[in-house]
Amino acid sequence: MASMRDIKRRKSSVESTQQITKAMKLVSTVKLQRAKGRAEKSKSYFNAVYDTVTSILARSRSIEHPYLQSSGKGKKLVILITSNKGLAGGYNSNVIKLISRNPEFTPDNTCIYAIGKKGKDGMLRDGFSIFKDYSEAIEEPAYQDGMMITKELLTAYEQGEICEIWLAYTFFKNTVSHVPTLLKLLPVEMTDRESEEGEVEAKEEKTEAPMNFEPEDEEALDLIIPKYISSLIYGALISAQAAENGARMQAMDNATNNASEMIDHLSLLYNRARQGKITTELTEIIAGADAIS
Amino acid sequence: MAENTFSLRVVTPERIFYEGEVEMVEFNTTEGEIGVYKNHVPMTVIVSPGVLTITEPEGQKKAALHAGFVEILRDEVTVLAELVEWPDEIDLPRAESAGQRARERIAARGDDVDLDRAEMALKRAIARISTLK
Repeated sequence: MASMRDIKRRKSSVESTQQITKAMKLVSTVKLQRAKGRAEKSKSYFNAVYDTVTSILARSRSIEHPYLQSSGKGKKLVILITSNKGLAGGYNSNVIKLISRNPEFTPDNTCIYAIGKKGKDGMLRDGFSIFKDYSEAIEEPAYQDGMMITKELLTAYEQGEICEIWLAYTFFKNTVSHVPTLLKLLPVEMTDRESEEGEVEAKEEKTEAPMNFEPEDEEALDLIIPKYISSLIYGALISAQAAENGARMQAMDNATNNASEMIDHLSLLYNRARQGKITTELTEIIAGADAIS
Repeated sequence: MAENTFSLRVVTPERIFYEGEVEMVEFNTTEGEIGVYKNHVPMTVIVSPGVLTITEPEGQKKAALHAGFVEILRDEVTVLAELVEWPDEIDLPRAESAGQRARERIAARGDDVDLDRAEMALKRAIARISTLK
């Protein structure tokens, strides 16, 4: 049996770890609240953008437009949104698995636009090449980030460097449920995405007269699709940030509970060892006294 | 509620900028300045930098609207703005110096990309300044 001193040392080490995990849990709870509030506020914007783009595309299926048909040249590009810091349970590895376990993406035909260090490191390990690393964006996502990324990617897309743009992130459904999601951004395929809340159909019924566009459809697509993509990227960033903090909160909660269990167990061992030591001492004293008398 | 009002929403990715019943809304589009009353024909237009004037039954409100698009329905208008500012959020000296710089760049005539950017910057500066006036 381990000595009393060893057990005591072990116990105090677990106790300080527990304090850390507890603090981390509180921090991510606060961050989660903030990220959730932000996601809530931006929701109406995304729904409106999504509705508008859907209604344009529904009317213009026959349009030949570079954003709607793939050029077939160049690599596939995946925007991979993960976190910069670990200790968030399976959060990062779940998103990475979406790409590395998907037969459609091989290191030869795919490059990664990394947002989040963990995802970048994971993909490098699997042999994927990194198109660009923009890990700072996940710390404090701003709409400007989404716009910047979109501009960069659309230029690469138009020049034929990349033929498809995908987005891999964690969708924040609610505090306990986070879904790793893979989404095709370009070429735009509306049929691939079912509407999340069925709001699109409701909207269609409300609009009794057909929608007009000014400028014409094609020109409008040129201007609206970049906005659509930047809003999707921004939405994904916010959602991922909320999910990251949610995942970390859960992981740290589990860690804190495990630490409590461990401390209980160690206290028991410690008390048993103490009891044992007292018993041994008593036996020795009695034996000693017996020997003298 | 008066008969001739419609609901206007101005939303940005970060917040809901404005929400309310209005009589008229005016803004600048890629095709020119337009004003929208109730029962406008359904239309989607792209925003060009300019002043957004909201006419409420109680009075007028102004804001600088820089980018985005607008969905117009018969009794509902939604402005999806990427960038929009109330007058008290605008930094006048900064807008003036940005306008000055843009003018100089246009006068100097660099290559085409620079000229486009300078023009956009100038339009934004003008929108900010005229919102404050």
